[in-house]
Amino acid sequence: MSPPIPPIHKRIFLVAAGDLEGAGSVSTAVRRTLRELGVEPDVVKRAGIVCFEGEMNMVLFSQGGRIILIVREDRVELLFSDRGPGIANIDLARQPGYSTAPDWARELGFGSGLGIPNMEQNSDRFEIHSRVGEGTVIRSTILRGVHDDTGDRGGARA
Amino acid sequence: MTIQAIVEELGLEALVAADLAREVRGGYCSDLLSDVLAHAKAGDLWITHQRHLNVVAVAKLRELSGVICVRGLAPGPDVISRAADEKINLLLTSEDAFEVAGRLHRLLHP
Repeated sequence: MSPPIPPIHKRIFLVAAGDLEGAGSVSTAVRRTLRELGVEPDVVKRAGIVCFEGEMNMVLFSQGGRIILIVREDRVELLFSDRGPGIANIDLARQPGYSTAPDWARELGFGSGLGIPNMEQNSDRFEIHSRVGEGTVIRSTILRGVHDDTGDRGGARA
Repeated sequence: MTIQAIVEELGLEALVAADLAREVRGGYCSDLLSDVLAHAKAGDLWITHQRHLNVVAVAKLRELSGVICVRGLAPGPDVISRAADEKINLLLTSEDAFEVAGRLHRLLHP
């Protein structure tokens, strides 16, 4: 396997637990950064959605964590890592409609059980690792220059 | 059809008139944020009961043409100012979601 192409940009964002007011700010900053770097609009859009969902999960479920944005010539990577309860059953969490969100979050329109599926659907590669009682790590990779510019990936969006 | 025409036809109140010349592709009704992120299309007008800050983020991420808040459930000043910053059309109606969705559908698909 050839070594990955070195990053042209790397940035670390901190995410505070329970900060619903500020939630979405990392996603906004990531989109702005990617646009400034001249990343393709379709990739910016997908990275924005992946980041928003990951950020929301951290805000709602974890005790805080960080998001690392890595931009390379051929891909954008988003690494999420949090301290928190972890995910007991990752297979269930990847299924659309499964959620452990509390009622107050559901009333605000969260907890539809589409967060992780949305992250996966907008990624070209998606890895999730979790340890109960410790936290969760997610790596999303979005490849550049392989999709059209409509933001919708054909059959991927059922 | 433009947002401007829809605002006039449906008698909506424009809380944020960021870009009323924007073309509306269709509509999407949902109160679930991730559902909108997954299934709404760019250019859709989003009809919802939600009225917190993340509504603006979702509308921006999905490149929606605007948001219609229903049943007079007006968002607070923080949401209005964020929508203005992000250039999201934010509209308000006293009608319920069913009524406004039905009327919007008739306008877009006469």
